[in-house]
Amino acid sequence: MNIPANLRYSKTDEWFDPKTGKVGLTDYAQSQLSDIVFVEIIINKGEDVEAGKQVASVESVKAAADSYSPVAGKVTEVNEDLSSNPEILNKDPYGAGWMAKIEAGEAAGLMDSAAYIKYCEERTH
Amino acid sequence: MTYIPHSPQERDEMLATVGVNHLEDLFNVVPVKYRFPELDLPPALTEMEAATELVEISLGNENIQTELVSFLGAGAYHHYIPAAVGHILQRGEFYTAYTPYQPEISQGTLQAIFEYQSVIAALTGMEVSNASHYDGATAVAEAVNMVYAQFRGKRKKIVLSPGIHPQYRETLRTYVQDLDVELVGDGSKADLDAGPDQLGSLIDDNTALLIVQYPDFFGRIYDYTGLIEMAHAKGALVCVAVNPTALGLFKTPGEMGADIVVGEAQPLGIPLSFGGPYLGLFATRKQYLHKMAGRLVGETVDNRGQRAYVLTLTAREQHIKRERATSNICTNQGLLTLAATVYLSLLGKKGFRQVAELCYHKAHYAAVQISKVKGYSLCFDTPFFHEFSVCCPKPVAEINAHLLEHGFLGGFDLGKDYPTLRDHMLLAVTEMNTKDEIDALVEVLKEVAHD
Repeated sequence: MNIPANLRYSKTDEWFDPKTGKVGLTDYAQSQLSDIVFVEIIINKGEDVEAGKQVASVESVKAAADSYSPVAGKVTEVNEDLSSNPEILNKDPYGAGWMAKIEAGEAAGLMDSAAYIKYCEERTH
Repeated sequence: MTYIPHSPQERDEMLATVGVNHLEDLFNVVPVKYRFPELDLPPALTEMEAATELVEISLGNENIQTELVSFLGAGAYHHYIPAAVGHILQRGEFYTAYTPYQPEISQGTLQAIFEYQSVIAALTGMEVSNASHYDGATAVAEAVNMVYAQFRGKRKKIVLSPGIHPQYRETLRTYVQDLDVELVGDGSKADLDAGPDQLGSLIDDNTALLIVQYPDFFGRIYDYTGLIEMAHAKGALVCVAVNPTALGLFKTPGEMGADIVVGEAQPLGIPLSFGGPYLGLFATRKQYLHKMAGRLVGETVDNRGQRAYVLTLTAREQHIKRERATSNICTNQGLLTLAATVYLSLLGKKGFRQVAELCYHKAHYAAVQISKVKGYSLCFDTPFFHEFSVCCPKPVAEINAHLLEHGFLGGFDLGKDYPTLRDHMLLAVTEMNTKDEIDALVEVLKEVAHD
C-alpha cells in the first residue's frame, strides 16, 4: 500500500496535496474498487466546493463509488484525461490519476499519512 | 414438506419485532369491506370443462390471420413472421425470458443479445444499443431518464413533438411525474401542419432533450437534420423514436445526428398479440454509454483465448449503483430480442429493404385510391411511409363499424387524441395487404360515404 507522507487524507479515502492543491483517490481506494472503467468528474473549473461535496463518480468492474472533496475551496482545474483513460486511476493514483486542483485554505480535519495507514489497517483486519 | 420456510415461531418473532400481534393486523390499512370479500364464484370446473369453456370464449375473438383484413397500425404493425422465428424461439435453450443471475453460464443467450445489439446499432446508425427495454413507450421514457442523468438534473426542459405516439407521451408523463422536468411542445394547441422546425423555437439553454418520431404518429417522414443541428447549438440532446421497418428504406437517425434512437421493435418478427409483450429498442452514442439504462452484453476472450460473451459495464446498473443509477430497469425482453434478431437475420439487408418497399408502395397505392373517393382526402401533403391520415366524410367510429361488417379492421380514430383531427382516420398498409384487399377497402369506403 502506497501512502505518501507528504499528503493529507480524508475518511472517505481521498488525498489532498497541500502544496499543489491536487485531490484524488488513494491507493487503498483504487485497490478496493479494482479495475476502474469509468470516471466522471462532476465539478467544473471556477466552481466553489465545500469539503464533503461530491466531486466525482467512479465505476469499476464490480462497484460504483462517489468521491468527495477533502477540502473547501475554488476549483482551478479538473483532470480531463480521466474520462478517456480511467485506468490511470488504478496505475498512478497520486500522479496522473489526480482528479481536481482546489485552491484551499486550511486542510483541517484531515489525517496525516500515519493516521491514514492506521485507519486503512483497521478496516482490512 | 412446506414451501414456506418460516416456522410459526419465526413468524411470531417477526410480528413481535414489527410490533403487531397477528398477521391480519398488517392489513389494517385496507378498509374492512375490501379485506376478505366474499367472491361470488361459480363451482369449480374440471380441467376438461375449463378447456372447453376457454375455447368457446376464444371463438368470440376475430383474428387477422384468417378472418379480418387489417388496415390498423398506430404503433403496432401486421407483418409476415417467417416460421423459423417461432421455431427458434421455442427451443428449450432459449425459451426462458430471463437472463440468469450468473449470466455468463448462458453463452447462447448472451450471444443472441450481442447479435441483437449489433443489428440495432447498424439499423439505427448508432454506436451502441442496450439489450432492450419493455416496449417503445418505456424506451422513450428511459431516454429522458438518461438525459436527465447526463445533465445531472441541471437542464429541466424536455421538448416533445406532437407527432410522437400519444401513448408514448402518456407513459413518459407517468415515468417522470416525480422527476424535476417540464414537458412542452405537444399541447392541444400544437400546430400539426407546421413541420418539425417549429419545435426549434422551444429549445433553449435549459432544454435537456428534444424528442421527435420517425415516421411520426401520422406516418410522415421528415429529415430532422436541421432541427437536430438547432438543438445541438443550444447544447440539448435529441432522441428520435423510430419504426424500425422504415429504416430499411430511409436515412437513419444516426445520419441525421441523433444522440439517442428508441423505438417499438414489434414490427421485427413479433406478433400483434393484443398489444404485447413488445420490444423497446434503445441505441445511443458511445459517449453516453455510462448513462444508458438497461443491460449490455459485450464480446471478449476468455482465459483460453476463446470468444466469450459477458454482461459488461454493470456498475452503472441499479443493482450496484442503487439510487444513483440512471434507471431502475435492470432487465430486458430476452425472448423478443431473439425474435427480432432471427427475423432480421432471415430477411437480410435486401429482404428487409424489400419489406419496407412493399409497405411504402402499397400504402401509396391505397392513399391515391382513397383520395380519389368523393368525401375522402389526405390530411397532410408531407411524404409518408406506410401510414397516412385520411379526412373522412363521417365519424371514424361509424366508418369502422361498417368496415367491420365487411371483414375489415379499419383505421385509428385520430380525434380521440387530437381534438383538431375529428373525423380523421389513420390507415396503415403493410406487405400483408394485397391489391385486391386495398381495392375492396376503397369500395366499402365509397359505400359508407354515400349512405
